[in-house]
Order: sequence, then structure tokens, then C-alpha cells
Amino acid sequence: MAATASAFHREIEYISPTRQRVMGVIFLLIGFAIWYLFARPLESGVMTKFGMTPGGVKAVVPDLVLPSLTTINLLVALCGILGVIQLARKGGFKRSTNLVLGVTAGFFVIGFLTYAAAGKSFNLAGLMHSTLLKAVPLTLGALAGVLSERAGVVNIAIEGMMLSAAMTACIIASVTKNLWLGMLAGILTGAFYGVVHGVLSIKYKVNQIISGTAINIFSTGITSYVSAKFLQPIQELNSSGTFKPISIPLLSEIPVIGPMLFKNNVYVYAMFVFLVMLHIGLFYTRWGLRLRSVGEHPKAADTLGINVFRTRYMAVLLGAMMAGFAGSYFTLGSVGRFDEVMTAGRGFISLAAMIFGNWMPFGSFGAGLLFGFADSLASKLAILGVQIPSQFLLMAPYVITMIVLAGVVGRGQMPAADGTPYEKEST
Amino acid sequence: MSDQESEPTSAPNKNKQSVGEIILEEIIAPPRSANRWRRLFQAALIPFLAILTGLLMGAILIVVTSPEVFAGFRESFLAGLRAVWRSVAVAYGALLTGAFGTPQEIVAAFRSGELPRIYQAIYPITESLVAAAPYIFAGLSVALGFRTGLFNIGAEGQIFLGAIFSVFVGYSLKGLPMIVHLPLAFLAGAVGGGLWGFIPGWLKARTGAHEVINTIMLNYIAFRLSDWLLTGPMKRPGSANPVSPMIEPSAMLPTFFGSPVRLHLGFIIALLVAWLIHWYLFKTRWGFNLRTVGANPSAAKYAGINVLNGMVVAMSLAGALAGLAGANEVLGVNRHLAMAFSSGYGFDAIALALLGNSQPLGVVLASLLFGALRNGATKMQLVADIPIDIISIVQAFVLVFVAAPAIIRAIYRLRKPPEAEEAVVAASWGGK
Repeated sequence: MAATASAFHREIEYISPTRQRVMGVIFLLIGFAIWYLFARPLESGVMTKFGMTPGGVKAVVPDLVLPSLTTINLLVALCGILGVIQLARKGGFKRSTNLVLGVTAGFFVIGFLTYAAAGKSFNLAGLMHSTLLKAVPLTLGALAGVLSERAGVVNIAIEGMMLSAAMTACIIASVTKNLWLGMLAGILTGAFYGVVHGVLSIKYKVNQIISGTAINIFSTGITSYVSAKFLQPIQELNSSGTFKPISIPLLSEIPVIGPMLFKNNVYVYAMFVFLVMLHIGLFYTRWGLRLRSVGEHPKAADTLGINVFRTRYMAVLLGAMMAGFAGSYFTLGSVGRFDEVMTAGRGFISLAAMIFGNWMPFGSFGAGLLFGFADSLASKLAILGVQIPSQFLLMAPYVITMIVLAGVVGRGQMPAADGTPYEKEST
Repeated sequence: MSDQESEPTSAPNKNKQSVGEIILEEIIAPPRSANRWRRLFQAALIPFLAILTGLLMGAILIVVTSPEVFAGFRESFLAGLRAVWRSVAVAYGALLTGAFGTPQEIVAAFRSGELPRIYQAIYPITESLVAAAPYIFAGLSVALGFRTGLFNIGAEGQIFLGAIFSVFVGYSLKGLPMIVHLPLAFLAGAVGGGLWGFIPGWLKARTGAHEVINTIMLNYIAFRLSDWLLTGPMKRPGSANPVSPMIEPSAMLPTFFGSPVRLHLGFIIALLVAWLIHWYLFKTRWGFNLRTVGANPSAAKYAGINVLNGMVVAMSLAGALAGLAGANEVLGVNRHLAMAFSSGYGFDAIALALLGNSQPLGVVLASLLFGALRNGATKMQLVADIPIDIISIVQAFVLVFVAAPAIIRAIYRLRKPPEAEEAVVAASWGGK
């Protein structure tokens, strides 16, 4: 019954004439904004030069040179056409409305980049590569959230798990001079917190938000404590080094995307592997069906003989290990040393990516890319010399998540029993 | 049959009292004091043991991270034990004197009658009160949320917004008399925090979006916002650091004693506000409505209470309270806004609300304790070289133990109390 009810609502949502009109006007407004903000201030004849090879690779692809004004005007025209179609055609773009909204938003970003880099040269491939790198911990963290929340246990402790794992991974890797052992230590740290979170929220039925908050507070405390007491005075404990990029033969020779996708360190490849594995695991195997059933309707799952508690423990533990793996990226995959509170809220952005990605692995990856893009663009703003405070771009993930959560652009489908402890009825 | 029945009924008849009267008497009569004390003891036992165990965990951490202890054990077992005792005694001794001062010194100072010396002696304990004030506001904020069935984990962001609003009013308005400027700046804090609480409350009432996610997001939006303000529009002219200008003297919360004692009016206001919230929650119709919404939303709805309105009001009020914490810090202690002015008060507040069982008086007591801990830890860092972050660790343990009394009962082999009176806590997201 619930399914039909939601299908019914969805029907209304997509056919609603008000929504159709509002969206059409929004497309037109985006087009107007692109023209007003980016085309109007530009003179004709200016060229935008986009570098198409990431830094550190010898250029095999020529730079992409675009006439700035023409490009932007083209984008404006496209937005206009989309808006008119949406308004004029019966039902507009129907189910694809949100997709078209995404496309116009993408046009806005392209327009902005073309405008900002007008008369200059800007390494677009570098931006895209750094987007991918910034998306790695976000996506892995979001996968951690997906695992745990699909089984009905809210995990807001991703931040804390990441932070502690980053530290232990760094210490172990520094002491043993072995990065793989460091990674293992990070995963085990995550697992430790997973056990704590699981026992507190499943066995003791502590409110899952409180349990997560406690882990976050503890993790911030213990990492700062250890950092101040040991890592700062003894530098040998805090120099792990990082995993070196591995070029995949042949594939890394592909122009543009080759060096971007196939010349990375182990974390990037692992992210793709986990992504596919988790998607298949969750939606095409018995294991995943059971896991999701425990998160949607634990009582029904229990009736059918699925051990709710064991399934939840397993999901929380796996999720926490994933968060630990994500945390070890910060030290072993990126920086090579541990700094106090170095995750800087990325665990919570992961949470946001999971929600924005609608509790789906690939959705989380898309959201991770989007948020990673905002992050890397923020650090490039100064290079472009644009007078937009980078803080606003850094705010974007949180604002977007709130908008999505409010159901302005389609409502996400969270697991029905997410966050509710399961009480087995005594027999 | 008739014999058996006449026996029990005859007893009330003797006193010429109907059953209804007896029940009525039971309800009206004040609880016997012995019973009351026992209940108080029952209520305070778990928080007390939670704090004790939390401190114990801190002590263990101090011991296992102390090089002296390891050196001692290498020498001999006895020397090791002595080192254990010394490391804990030195650390917690410093914590204690840092939080409360040394009694001998206080007595000696008062006997001498020299004002500077008295100030020096009472400085530690007044600093503990200074640290407790923002805790009281923030703890009340979370407690009010819990009472209404809402989980406000956005107190930290609300604190920032309150501080931003209040510091702006504090430095931008010039030439106002104190009697106007100070309340204005203080209330601006409530408005800022209230706004940051209103947004998730309104979103929840309007769209059902869960307040936990939204308040987490708003926390980070607030951090970025203040980061931008402090490096941009609100940056102090001529300063290299991201700090706001100093507030006007007319907006500063007055202090009670001379330097170095910083105890200011904010602490008294915090106590007053706590009393006000107690009165609001437990003595007014509005407070009753909010608590009903928290205890049972559907019952509240059938009783004709506007549940959605209640959520918006409660979140706004909670935000306003947290905003006051921010106002209190910038107007009473720092006198300007810097990025690092709040050391996680908003997250500690969750522990405070749980420790105080979401009762304003309980929150005040818990805040006094946390204030003392936080203040004493500064001295512990100086004397025993133990990073101040140990307080966060202790607080995390306390939070776990008050949230899971079963753990404490298992450790101390306590019996489960007859009536389950666990803390009122809102549902997580998803679960309605």
C-alpha cells in the first residue's frame, strides 16, 4: 500500500502543472542569469583557453580554445530552448525534469568557467582531476553511510571514524614503514568504532544520533590528545608517505581521460571497485536483499527468519570499516602526515552525499563528484581571480542537501526503518 | 464468598472514606520526604556514576600515555604503581585546584583582606563559573528540544549565528547608552540563533525534513558563513587575523569584581534564563503543550494542540537559547568574534541535556560541573602536560554512560529501577 501511495504522489509530482511551469521559468531564469552575469560583461573576440591535460603529464592534447562570448551565448540559447519546451510541451519534460534541471545547472557552471577564464588559460583537466581526488573520501564515506543506513542504523559518526582512522593509519605506516599495514590499521580503527556504535545502538538501544555524536566527540578528543602528546614532539611517528600513482597500461594512454582516470593511487581504483561491488551486492544478491529488508521492515525480515541483529551488526561493521578506509585516504592517499581535525567536516559532507545520492552507491558517487567539484573549484577561485568568496562554494554541499531534503527537487527515499532500534518481541 | 468480600470493604468504611477520596488524597498529598529523597537519589545516581566512570577512563588514559609510568614499571612493579598514582594525582590535583582554587589560599586571602590577593585566590572558581555560563545556555537549548521530541544537534551553529549577530550589534552601533545597547546586543544573539533554529523547525513542520540532518548542515553553513564574514565584511580593519572589531564598551557585559576576575553578568542571566525555561516548560500552558508534543505527538494532535506550530516554536526557542550562549561569549568574555571562540559547546550540550535529564535545574548542575572540568583542564595542561583534549574524551564517555544506563548498571551491579524512567530522547531520522 505504501508503494502505491508513493507512486501516486510521484505521478502528481511529475504531472503537476504548477511544477511544470515553475521549472520552465527556472530554466529560463538560469539562461537569463548566464547571459546577465557572464555574457554581458564580456567583450566579443575574447578567447577562453582550457588546458586539457592534468598537471604533471606532458601535453598530448592541444588546449581547447573557445570564443568566450559565443560559447556563453550558445549556452544561453540552449537554456532558453529547454525552458520553452518545458513550458510549451504538454507535461514538459515529465520524468526527466530533474535531469534537465541538472543539465541547465551544468550549463551555468560551464558558463561561469568560460567567463572566469576569458582571456586567460585555465587547466580544466586539472580541475576535473582534483574533483575526482576530492570525491574519493566523500564517496567512500558515503558508501559507509549507505551500508549502515540501508540496514537501518544511522551513522553520523563517519567523521569521527575517518579522523581516528587517518591518525592510526599514519602512525602505523610511519612506524612499520609499510603503507599497506597503515591502511589495515585504518580499517581496523573503523571496525573498532563500528563495534562500539553497533553495541551501543543495537544492543543497548542508545539513540543512534547520540551514539554517533559520542564517537565524534571522542574521536576529536583522542586524536588531538595523541597528536599534541606524541605526534608533534616525535616527528618520526608522523611521516607516513603516500601511495604512489599507478598507471594502468594502455588505458592511461587515452587522451584527456586516460591520465585523469587511470593514473591514480590505489584509493581511486578501490573506490570504483567498491562502488560496483556495493551496487551489485545491495541490489542483485540475496545478501543485499536481506540487508535492505532489515532496514525497511525489520519485523517482516525477522518473521522470515533473517537475524535482524546480526545483519545490522554486520552492516554497521562493514560500513565502519569502509569509513576507516576512507579515513586512511587523508593521510596515506593524500597528505602523508596527520594534522589535528584534518577531516574538517568531510564526514558530514559524506553524509550529505549519501542523502543527496538517495542512499544509492552510484548516487553517492555522483553527489561526491558534485561536492568534490565545489571543493576544488573553491580552491581555484583565487587563481581565476574571481571576486566570489570561496566559502560560498564550500557551503554548497550543505545547502544543496537541505534543498533536496525539503523535497524541492524530488524527495529521496530513505530506508523506512532507518534510525529505529529493533525490539524483538519476547515470546 | 460474602465473608471474604466484607473484610476489605470494611476497612475504608471504618474511616468513612470512599475509595475516590482516598485516591484524591493520594494525588493531592505531597510526596513523603523520605520517598522524595530516595527518588532524587535514584535520579542522581546514574549521572553521578557516569561522571565518576568517565573521570576514571580519563585517568586510565593519562596513565597509559605517561612515559614516567612505563619507566617506573621497567624499574620495578612497586615503582610503577607509585608512578601510576603520581601521574593521576598530579593531573587530577591540578584539575581540582585549577577548577576551584586552593582552600588555604582562599582563607588566607580573605583573612589578609587585600583585594588583589582575594581576587587572585577566587580567580579559579570564578573562571569555572565563566566557563559554565555558555554551557547552561547551550544545554538548555538541547534540553528544550528533547522535551519537545526534537533533536537539536545544531546548537553549535546557532551559537555561531548568535555570536555573529551580537558582535555586529556590539561594534556597529555607537554612542548608545549601556542600558539600551547591552540588552540590544544580547537579544540580537537570541535572534540570530533563533533564526538558525527556526529554519530546521519550519522545514520539519512544512516538509517533514528531519531536523537532525538539517541542523548538521546548518552547523557547517554557519562555520563557513562566519569564516567568510571574519575574512571579509566583518574583518577588523588593520588586523592580519580573521577577527571582528572589538565591541563598544557599552555592549560589554559588566563584570562583578576587579581584574583578573572575569565573572560577568552573563552567568546570572544564564541562571535566570534556566529558571525561566523551567517555569515556561512546567508551569505554563505553552510549555505543557510542547511537552505533550514531545511525549506523544498523536495524542497532542487529538487534544487539539498544533503539533507543527509547536515544533517551529520549540526549535526557534532552542536556537535562541543557543544563540544566547554565543552572545554571552562575545559580550562577556572575548569582546570580539574569532573563529575558534566556541570549543564545541554545542556538542557538549547534548551530554549536558542528557546528564540533567532535560530538566533545567539538572542542566545547570551539569553545566557547573562541565565548566569546572573545562576550566580545570587548562591548569592540568600547564602543570601536568596533559593536553586539554582529555576533557572531550571524558565528556564522550559521560555521554555514552548517561545515554546507556544499562552499561553503568552492569558495571556497578545495580538493579534496574522499578519504573523505567529513562531520559526523554527524540527519535532518530526515519523513525517517526
